[in-house]
Amino acid sequence: MTELFIAVLLRDLRLASRRRIDSLLPLVFFVVALSLFPLGVGPEPQMLREIAPGIVWVCALLASMLSVNALFASDLADGSLEQMLLAPQPVIAIAAAKCTVHWLVSGLPLIVASPLVGLLFGLSGKALAALVISLVLGTPILSLLGALGAALTLGLRSGGMLLILIVLPLATPALIFGAGAVGTVESGLSAAGHFSLLGALLIATAIGAPWATAAALRISTE
Amino acid sequence: MNSPTATAAPLRLFTFAAPPRFYALVGALVPWCWVATVLLAAAGLYIGFFVAPTDATQGDAYRIIFIHVPAAWMSMLLYVVMAAWAGIGWAFNARLASMLARAIAPTGAMFTFLALWTGSFWGKPTWGTWWVWDARLTTELLLLFLYFGYIALVSAIDDVRRADQAGALLALVGSVNVPVIYFSVKWWNTLHQGATISMTAAPKMATTMLTAMLLLTLAFWAYAFAVIFTRTRAIVIERETHTAWVVELTQGKSRS
Amino acid sequence: MPGAYLACRNVTDVNSGPAPWTVHCAPPPGGNASPGCQSLAGQTARSRPSILQTTAHVDSGPSARNSAPLLQAVDLAGQRGERALFQHLALDLVPGSVTWLRGRNGRGKTSLLRLLAGLATPMAGAVNVAGQPVRRSQPDWRRGLVYIGHQNALKDDLTAAEALAFLLQLRGAAPDTAQIDAALERLGVRASRRALVRTLSQGQRRRVALARLALSLEQPLWLLDEPFDALDADGVTALNNLLADHAAQGGATLLTSHQPLSLAAPVPRIFDLDHHGLA
Repeated sequence: MTELFIAVLLRDLRLASRRRIDSLLPLVFFVVALSLFPLGVGPEPQMLREIAPGIVWVCALLASMLSVNALFASDLADGSLEQMLLAPQPVIAIAAAKCTVHWLVSGLPLIVASPLVGLLFGLSGKALAALVISLVLGTPILSLLGALGAALTLGLRSGGMLLILIVLPLATPALIFGAGAVGTVESGLSAAGHFSLLGALLIATAIGAPWATAAALRISTE
Repeated sequence: MNSPTATAAPLRLFTFAAPPRFYALVGALVPWCWVATVLLAAAGLYIGFFVAPTDATQGDAYRIIFIHVPAAWMSMLLYVVMAAWAGIGWAFNARLASMLARAIAPTGAMFTFLALWTGSFWGKPTWGTWWVWDARLTTELLLLFLYFGYIALVSAIDDVRRADQAGALLALVGSVNVPVIYFSVKWWNTLHQGATISMTAAPKMATTMLTAMLLLTLAFWAYAFAVIFTRTRAIVIERETHTAWVVELTQGKSRS
Repeated sequence: MPGAYLACRNVTDVNSGPAPWTVHCAPPPGGNASPGCQSLAGQTARSRPSILQTTAHVDSGPSARNSAPLLQAVDLAGQRGERALFQHLALDLVPGSVTWLRGRNGRGKTSLLRLLAGLATPMAGAVNVAGQPVRRSQPDWRRGLVYIGHQNALKDDLTAAEALAFLLQLRGAAPDTAQIDAALERLGVRASRRALVRTLSQGQRRRVALARLALSLEQPLWLLDEPFDALDADGVTALNNLLADHAAQGGATLLTSHQPLSLAAPVPRIFDLDHHGLA
């Protein structure tokens, strides 16, 4: 099973490196969308500091959802997905590899960019650390759920919007705990509770989502 | 041939899993469900709006809970039932179970919307605002989105079998997520009053209020049966258009 | 010959016509018809299943030593959407054979290939490989399968060599550069090994996709959907050679093609989906 996982993982990373601009688009969207908020709600520092955790998380969520749509689309179009499904190993390896690639290409840049963005919104040092940790725990959850949505909506005309509609309710707990953690730290309390819940959510999703994604891939390609 | 009124065959567990027999059985039941709905609703509403006493703190505005609470119960229960039938349809390749799940979704969404809307009407006089983001309201809103997601997904897929299976997977994943959503939102904020009806403690409200609420719950159940069965019959006819028994049925109808 | 029917393995194909059919037995090129086959010659039958049954156990010479079918479709039913495509389909792929799956457009040739490869679940019936029914939960049997569909499964942004290597890695092979080069050479596209797939023509892409076969001669089952499409004469020859080598090693191939095959040896059997049987 690991051979299939590694083969798909390396191939997709190689493909992403050949399309570097495309791979950076989620990050660009993230930063641009975040910049809209001060323009929209006003530049008052105290207010921005208060809403920062929430809007950083929402923009990360949206950036993730927009980029996950294409996770399987190209492979479906040129027949590669069919060949991957024909491998003599369980389909779950493909699902896991795709989730991992998505997180490495879309989630990791967001995590790296988040301290800078947090500074723009005036978050304190402790809050910045909490933001980064919450994204480290939370963005894999978003990739896992996003892959499930992408597999369910594979090849459909209304793909992108339908995917967001399906995945957002499922991703809400991560959003609540993630943004809540930063908010708690900002008000001076410990976010340990939030982080442990987020961690538990990550473990549960990591166990359940690839299996469901594999089932969805089979359903969608029959 | 496949005459729906044939009574020669003994009744087995899966007798009514066949579309023609289901169609006939349910067609006979639906009128009774409507009768039950009307009677139970009339009784419940009468007791709720005229017999039950005025609340000490909230005045007469509280009476909306006789619709709000049963609607909320129905919304959550129907989601679980829908996910269960969809799952059965997927696991056993039972077409009728999948059709039933599809028929439940709009009614479940309707009850969710009703719960949210009546909750708003209750919120305005008691909390002073049309909407608050407390645990239960937010969870209910997300439940509405889960319903929308299911309905949108099964409608977007042309291949019926793929749509049934994908919908089943989504509904099951959603049903695992509903408790998670509930607890996460509860953790986040709560303003809604605590449970007034619990399984173990004696209810904290007057007996008449309880009676009214239970009557309306039963009324909503009967309504749900009536509407869902009618919708399922329509879906059955739509999907089985090419089969002999449907052709027979529609020809019989057009002749008479 | 009207009303004639293919019988016995390794025998020339004959027209299919209306019932009743008479068993004809022609010797394979450069050989003699086996005694078992000769004894059946002249018998008539009114139905295809009975012909298949009659000839199923005929000893047709050395190639019958490993004649246990590699893949068997038993009572298979397939559908596309709500429409049934075929029912009660029976098909055997035996070692050393090349079978040409024929049928009009829309008959379900691609659907049948996908069912046999395990990409779809049949409405009824089963697909057996080495005597065991294939199960989704045990995908190991696919180590011995190569399926090439209509699409080439080559990523635009990879080089030909990288794309080919990936397809081989999927089944667990780890080909080195020399092997990849040799495979591309066999299909005449070695010069494109460093070219991005995006820059190749349709014919070149098809050749790269088929180059997989050169490194899959040990895989006993080949299911190929329109492999000859977009190939020029050289490409057709190269592919014919691969098919012959594969059959010589005891592999079985099932392929579809809209043009008549020019394969000389082994002589292809014809499976006609319109009439559901070996023609």
